[in-house]
Amino acid sequence: MTTDPASATSVAAVPSPAGPTDSSAPAAVAAPATGSSTGATVQFVGLRRTFGATTALDGLDLTVNPGELLALLGPSGCGKTTALRMLAGFETPDSGQVLVDGEDVTRIPAHRRDAGMVFQSYSLFPHLNARDNVAFGLKMRKTGKVERHRRADELLELVGLPTHGDRYPHQLSGGQQQRIALARALALQPRVLLLDEPLSALDAKVRLNLREEIRRLQQELGITTLFVTHDQEEALSMADRVAVMHAGRMEQCDTPAELYARPATAFVAEFVGTMNRIPGALTEGGRTVELLGQRLPVDGTTELRAEVDVLVRPENVLVTAGGGQGAVVTGTTFLGASTRLTVQLPDGTALKADLSTHDAAELPAGTGVTVSLPERPVLVDSRR
Amino acid sequence: MAGVTASALNTEGRPAPSTANGPGPAGARGGVLAGLSRIRWGRGTVLLVAGLYFLVPIGTTLWFTVDNSPQGFSLDAYRQIFTVPGLWPALQLSLLLAAGTIVLVYLLLIPAVVAVRLGSPRLRTVVELTCTLPLVVPTIALTAGISDVLRWCNDNLAPTPFYATFLDAQNANFPVVLLLAYVVMALPLAFRTLDAGMRALDVRTLLEAAQNNGASRGRAIVTVILPNLRAAMLNTAFITLALVLGEFTVASILGYVPFAVWIVNGNSAGQGPVTVAVSIVSLLLTWLLLLVLSIGSERRGRAQAQH
Ligand SMILES: Nc1ncnc2c1ncn2[C@@H]1O[C@H](COP(=O)(O)OP(=O)(O)O)[C@@H](O)[C@H]1O
Ligand SMILES: [Mg+2]
Repeated sequence: MTTDPASATSVAAVPSPAGPTDSSAPAAVAAPATGSSTGATVQFVGLRRTFGATTALDGLDLTVNPGELLALLGPSGCGKTTALRMLAGFETPDSGQVLVDGEDVTRIPAHRRDAGMVFQSYSLFPHLNARDNVAFGLKMRKTGKVERHRRADELLELVGLPTHGDRYPHQLSGGQQQRIALARALALQPRVLLLDEPLSALDAKVRLNLREEIRRLQQELGITTLFVTHDQEEALSMADRVAVMHAGRMEQCDTPAELYARPATAFVAEFVGTMNRIPGALTEGGRTVELLGQRLPVDGTTELRAEVDVLVRPENVLVTAGGGQGAVVTGTTFLGASTRLTVQLPDGTALKADLSTHDAAELPAGTGVTVSLPERPVLVDSRR
Repeated sequence: MAGVTASALNTEGRPAPSTANGPGPAGARGGVLAGLSRIRWGRGTVLLVAGLYFLVPIGTTLWFTVDNSPQGFSLDAYRQIFTVPGLWPALQLSLLLAAGTIVLVYLLLIPAVVAVRLGSPRLRTVVELTCTLPLVVPTIALTAGISDVLRWCNDNLAPTPFYATFLDAQNANFPVVLLLAYVVMALPLAFRTLDAGMRALDVRTLLEAAQNNGASRGRAIVTVILPNLRAAMLNTAFITLALVLGEFTVASILGYVPFAVWIVNGNSAGQGPVTVAVSIVSLLLTWLLLLVLSIGSERRGRAQAQH
């Protein structure tokens, strides 16, 4: 929940969908990907799946564009893995369809699905060394040994482990194992790459590194990729688009910047980035809302009762010293360029406000302040 | 005699690891040291008693084989091993039965363990209970049951075409009846070792990874799960081998002469020292096998732990 929105979105803002003919990719690197260089379109249509009393997927609709990296983001247990496993063929929907390039693959068994997958847990075959792990799929396809090893070495090079071919999984670190797993997933030149929280078992630094590398590879290969994560920072920083899931449904699917700036629902607003809830009252039949002595237009239309919460990002809260509002700074957290103030309103509501560290220096804990919001449409939600 | 072989197997292999971690952590101070030495005394006593319990019978057995009363020390008993009549056929039968039992146990249990692991974890209890059942049924009861069934078959199958099959199953060169009994008796330990090996694997993820790489379900099991079960399978094989080599009751009552029965028969027929010498050699061999096995698995364990 500590996203620095500026840095989080900047990576994704780089012009992304690497086209099928990405000339910047070195020839040697592009070679192993020949089959997959045209990304496939993936569509989930009304996917529904229940396990006993649990509804894992509750009518999921989603389209992934060719060559794009789409992050499936959502809290634990919201059905992300189930959705991914349906595309990989490990799970069958109770109803609904999975389409790849318009073709229904729901009935195709997993081993003919043409979707490379990297698993959340370490999944390398313990009895095979890295090279043979990567070459496993080629062996299943009866590719000759020489060719198999040549391709495997190529892929090991691609994931930055050219000298680790002879190591066994237990001789590799977690990050290295996931790189090999990535190479293995790419070995059969799949039309779709599936990543199920591949970084969640790794420590922070390795995670950052590997994140960038996965993104680089994905763009070079132009392969349609579904990346499951519950880490919003990961999703925002890597993906072309982020699909936020909640309780088996799609809440919103948008670019990271849109998602952050214009969350479609209160769930998205609070799940992505940090969000304040400030009590307010609807006026003018729900077209405006009054709070903090201001009257602001409401974003979108609402069917809510008069008592609402207004949702505001910390960086959109304006704090000035003095004034008769009766708000008090109760704490400050230094974040580098910015500082996060915790401000208590007279009614007891605690707010987070991000100010430049320079401005925040004037407002130590205990200072009486006035809180206001910029004159922009605001998002409202029913009061909690 | 049969009992000696089997029980010594389980116990001889064990003491080694417990002595290996003998000295406590260095740098312990004052009162801790006193406590430690007390613990060491306690340990020493236990070890001594346990050691005596196993070593004295083996020692006296050994003495029996090399002590040729009037003349004194003699290795004759061991020399006779190579010439004594009946040993090789008996050993051959036992090894054949062991091989058959191992194969059958694999065929029965590996699919069962895989299925339980993948299909329905709840079924695991049922399978485990079923496999444990032979432990609570006394061997003698099992044998009595088998005898009854055989007698019934003999009385009722004679006019049917199954009679030939029935007789084949009791062929003294390869008694299928005995084989089946051994499979039942091997189930408890075999299930446990295989199940433990299986639990050490993330079977589901491994299978899915293999399928994701283009292997069908069956092929994935053969190419990915089985190779990783190798250690457990080896364990199962050794334990089953030890069991079959040492089994006396069923074979003897049903009237077959595998290894253990031969030893006992020979003993009462006045070939005492040779048969006992044979059992000592077999004890040593099995013990060596188990040692190799435990060293092997320890090394594996250490390699895994490094990760
Ligand atoms: N094989 C299964 N059996 C029973 N329940 C399952 C199974 N797979 C998933 N579930 C349930 O479905 C829900 C969604 O699971 P999952 O897709 O793994 O969520 P996520 O990956 O988003 O954390 C969870 O409540 C989970 O407990
Ligand atoms: Mg999951």
